[in-house]
Amino acid sequence: MSNAKMIQSDISSVLTSQEMAEIDHELEHIPYKSGAAIDALKIVQAGRGWVSDESLQAIAKYLDMSAEELEGVATFYNLIYRRPVGEKVILFCDSVSCWISGCDGIKQTISDTLGIDYGETTEDNRYTLLPVPCLGACDRAPVMMVGDDLITHLDDNKISEIFASSKSGGQS
Amino acid sequence: MEKVLTRNIEPGKAPTDMAAYEANGGYQGLRKAMLGMSPLECREVVSASNLRGRGGAGFPTGMKWSFVPMDDKCTPGHKYLVCNADEMEPGAFKDRLLMEYDPHQLIEGMILSAYCIGADLSYIFIRGEYVVAIERLRQALVECYAKGYLGDNILGSGFKLDMYVHPSAGRYICGEETALINALEGKRANPRAKPPFPQVSGLWGRPTIVNNVETLCNIPHIIDRGAEWFKSLGVGEDAGTKIFGVSGRVKNPGCWELPMGTPIREILENHAGGMQDGLQLKGFLPGGGSTDFLTQEHLDLAMDYNVISKAGSRMGTGTMIILDDQTCPVGMVLNLIRFFAHESCGFCTPCRDGLPWTRQVLEEIEQGRGKTEDLDTLEYQINYIGAIGNTHCALAPGAMEPLQSALKYFREDFERHISGSCCPYHSGKGA
Repeated sequence: MSNAKMIQSDISSVLTSQEMAEIDHELEHIPYKSGAAIDALKIVQAGRGWVSDESLQAIAKYLDMSAEELEGVATFYNLIYRRPVGEKVILFCDSVSCWISGCDGIKQTISDTLGIDYGETTEDNRYTLLPVPCLGACDRAPVMMVGDDLITHLDDNKISEIFASSKSGGQS
Repeated sequence: MEKVLTRNIEPGKAPTDMAAYEANGGYQGLRKAMLGMSPLECREVVSASNLRGRGGAGFPTGMKWSFVPMDDKCTPGHKYLVCNADEMEPGAFKDRLLMEYDPHQLIEGMILSAYCIGADLSYIFIRGEYVVAIERLRQALVECYAKGYLGDNILGSGFKLDMYVHPSAGRYICGEETALINALEGKRANPRAKPPFPQVSGLWGRPTIVNNVETLCNIPHIIDRGAEWFKSLGVGEDAGTKIFGVSGRVKNPGCWELPMGTPIREILENHAGGMQDGLQLKGFLPGGGSTDFLTQEHLDLAMDYNVISKAGSRMGTGTMIILDDQTCPVGMVLNLIRFFAHESCGFCTPCRDGLPWTRQVLEEIEQGRGKTEDLDTLEYQINYIGAIGNTHCALAPGAMEPLQSALKYFREDFERHISGSCCPYHSGKGA
């Protein structure tokens, strides 16, 4: 990350006017600019899928923060992605109730089907697999989210159905 | 039993919108307060109701509110009410239900609670993964503004309140109220040193109350129907009803609204349907991943805060996790410690470095490479990391609760892993 480059770069060449408008909207009820740090990261990520170094520097400048401080915030949170992710992120619950219900085996099936492990993206860029803390659907374990959809009562058949069109997509 | 919190909730049924909520008595508590009760009168009803925080700690809600400076004791400026909807405790799944199916109940509870403490801004701090709840709460807020239940001069009372849904970027520690406040301020969610307590100096340095979803959902009913009615709902020491849940390998996992003080056996057998065929109950965590194991001998205890405390655990969230006799207790504790080690905020050394060390020792034992002295190491860690005061917040001591009780009740299982140099369960679930 080059600081000099950050200072010279024009924010508006990185952030879109809509992104800036959305950040401004959040700032209406926040007394300090840096208070919108997480909101701004989420706004930018919503449109771009992840937060690049360039985006991070532009957001920091927009909020009068140092890029280092914003990086500390960005890397703290599980749902801010500082590396590119696929079109959909699979948030796979590996917490206790899902573990008791056999999630380790399901995770293996996903990995075998898609050819990816935690932190990896399929070659066709459709899916990134990440573990997530307890998704709060323990009575329907094992569970995961694919994009915005919660999928419950997982078993190997369900995994095959969901990822049918991506079968061995990771290796092909 | 009369359903209170779940009276509008039926699995499979559509979520409750404004019309349906009002048709079933919704916003009557709000009307009653706005048209004829002072904030102090409302607060006194809540104090008298003996409502205790449903997020896990069980602190009396009325007492928590009483520390907020009021009127001339408060310097001019904002006060905040924050709903803690960051449900991330392993094994907890009750707040999701309340928010997805009856968002107006929570919002009415928040408007009333804000009135009680004189707050003019309120936030629903909700985990980002709860996309359905976020959407339904936002829709409900639009309906509330249209009806004049939010905004300036609510129902002509002169009371003003704005409310925002704030989806979190995801971290378990955000459930700790001062960490949550830091997250709301756009910072890393490290817990703050206390004092000052948030009631005096919270969000942006202003008086702030943070209450759990289920706690807030009780408020409209308490205001509408009174403290005596609320107290009469409990069948044991504590007042009101509670969403109790059961997960693990039982016949009918789920959650149900039952009287406070319902015996554990009744929840487990009558509602969760008992264990799945071929399995026996070995132990259970009564209130989420950071509570101590209890066993068969505790099944006749009432789910009341003090009763569960006396038995050596905590009622926590009231959502139980069941350990059956074919699931490895060492593996289960390892799963929990992994979670807590991952979710440590990293601020203090005993938690940041201690929990990964504990995880490492447990991994060795579970994978059959454990040594007898590893059990002494675990005891040392429990005594050191588990002592409140050695860590900055309660995360690491909470993580030690299932471990210390597993060593107490299932020590033989740990010893068999070590003497046999393998996990004796061969459950195929791995480690």
